[in-house]
Amino acid sequence: MTEDTRPRVVIVDDHRMWRSGVRAELGDTVDIVGEAGDVDEACVVIEAREPDVVLLDVHMPGGGGREVLTRVLPNRPDIKFLALSVSDAAEDVIAVIRAGARGYVTKSISGTELTAAIRRVSDGDAVFSPRLAGFVLDAFSSTDVPAIDPELDRLSPREREVMRLIARGYAYKEVAKELFISVKTVETHVSAVLRKLQLSNRHELSRWAADRRLV
Amino acid sequence: MQTPPQAARTGVGQPRKLYREADRRVLAGVCRGLATHLGIDPTIIRIAFVVLAVSSLVGVFIYAALWYFVPLAPEEAAAEGEGTRKRGKRDIGQLVALAALALGLVFFVQMIGLGVPGTVFWPIVLVGAGAAFLWQQADDAQRVKWRKAAAVNSRSAVFRVLAGIVLIVGGLLGFLFFRGQLRHVGEGLLFAVVAAAGIMVIAAPFVTKLARDLSAERRERIRQEERAELAAHVHDSVLQTLALIQRNAYDGREVQRLARAQERDLRAWLYKPKKDEATTFEAAIEAQAADVEDQHGVTIDVVVVGDCPLDERLGAQLQAAREAMVNAARHSGAAVISVYVEVEPEQVTVFVRDRGKGFDLDTVSADRMGVRGSIVGRMERNGGKAVIRSAPGDGTEVRLEMAREGSDT
Repeated sequence: MTEDTRPRVVIVDDHRMWRSGVRAELGDTVDIVGEAGDVDEACVVIEAREPDVVLLDVHMPGGGGREVLTRVLPNRPDIKFLALSVSDAAEDVIAVIRAGARGYVTKSISGTELTAAIRRVSDGDAVFSPRLAGFVLDAFSSTDVPAIDPELDRLSPREREVMRLIARGYAYKEVAKELFISVKTVETHVSAVLRKLQLSNRHELSRWAADRRLV
Repeated sequence: MQTPPQAARTGVGQPRKLYREADRRVLAGVCRGLATHLGIDPTIIRIAFVVLAVSSLVGVFIYAALWYFVPLAPEEAAAEGEGTRKRGKRDIGQLVALAALALGLVFFVQMIGLGVPGTVFWPIVLVGAGAAFLWQQADDAQRVKWRKAAAVNSRSAVFRVLAGIVLIVGGLLGFLFFRGQLRHVGEGLLFAVVAAAGIMVIAAPFVTKLARDLSAERRERIRQEERAELAAHVHDSVLQTLALIQRNAYDGREVQRLARAQERDLRAWLYKPKKDEATTFEAAIEAQAADVEDQHGVTIDVVVVGDCPLDERLGAQLQAAREAMVNAARHSGAAVISVYVEVEPEQVTVFVRDRGKGFDLDTVSADRMGVRGSIVGRMERNGGKAVIRSAPGDGTEVRLEMAREGSDT
């Protein structure tokens, strides 16, 4: 691993302890070029440092990760965002994905897994945690409703299979082995699902997320 | 003029609410409240209202409606005592001026012949003035004082209420007097109606204010109860766990177990609707996973797609899933176990997977065969199917399939 290929990363989280913890855990596997503790600071730091990947906390004062996405992405569509959260509330996860994040992982993820996720996102692929895959399967499950746009509103059988394996805790490599396809194909399927998740108008997506969080 | 005086009061992000302002108001604070809300000079709004009122009477109705529906700014209630004192000072000069202005306007209208006949006019004036007194008296700003017995002793309050009642009764009697001379027929009926109307006019402000106060109090009480519940929960769970973690700081495994259990508990409390674990599959499998986590100090990630009620066969599947989790926790050596549940219309499938050391299915020791038997055997006895996939160094995956009740007939 040479200096040049390491992804440049900005960490955005309102907890200083968390930021330094991630910094320590990632070590020198990535090039951390900046940190920010709130939405405004994040926008400034990201504009200034132009990272490859932003590790984005979902919950922050001042609008959360979603606000950062809506402010930064229109100007810098090339920057990839990976959302991290302690909350598994579907509403939050779906919201941040639909705002443009390329992936979602929970904060309990290990350092090596996080590095892998960052690399994957920086290569332009999507990162789905088992839980996010579960959300997707749930949200796209009711097939009795006629799809407005079949291209976007339904998962193909293969995509469903991939999602199912990810939900079962399989890594992309394991999914590929299981389905006798290449890792690249798995990544293509996951990216396609991400696109559907971001663009589909299935009202289940929003309604379902809201239903799930009857606090 | 473009400086909204207290625009930032409600804080950033929240929608600003329209309030009437008790400070430096002329009548009921409607104009000043609107001015603050819109960020313009109150004088402009006041002039607009006066023009509207004089030209078409619409202004009066709008003003009355806003007075009734828009609550006073909350600071007023907090700084109650001070507010009333200020009001006392303001009242006299401004009230006289207002009254003079109103009288002048009314006489002007009467003189140019646009008004109503005197026999109806004076009763209306009296009733209107009385009602105004009572409404102002019952206004939000006064409510705290007003409810307490001591507050009613306040001379101005008593005076206002009495004056209001006297004015209304006088007006109604006057109305009856003039009418009575003209019509003797149906006098009794008219009297009853008029008396009832009078009582309604007197009671209405008190009743509506009381109702409004009650609902406000109820909201406040609910909020306090929620706070108390949160405090109790944090104390019983989070603080206790933190204390335990400090005492067990030397034992990494125990600390992890405690932290994980607390995390799970808090997460369930914050984000999950309360579910009865005896009745739905999702809640039940999460409860089982939590239990295994607690006993064996591993992390179990549970992902559930769909949900259904629990029945006897699914209960057996649940027990088999638990066995699989316990097995993985005990023998695999993996720190994380993935559980995935998919509830479909026809069947329920559970996957329990670890990335631990795995084993060769053909060379398992006898006791583990027994445990495996309790998984496979239990599933088969209940008409389900269990498939175990494992290889040394490659982890283990147990797949449990069970048809749902009514779907296989």
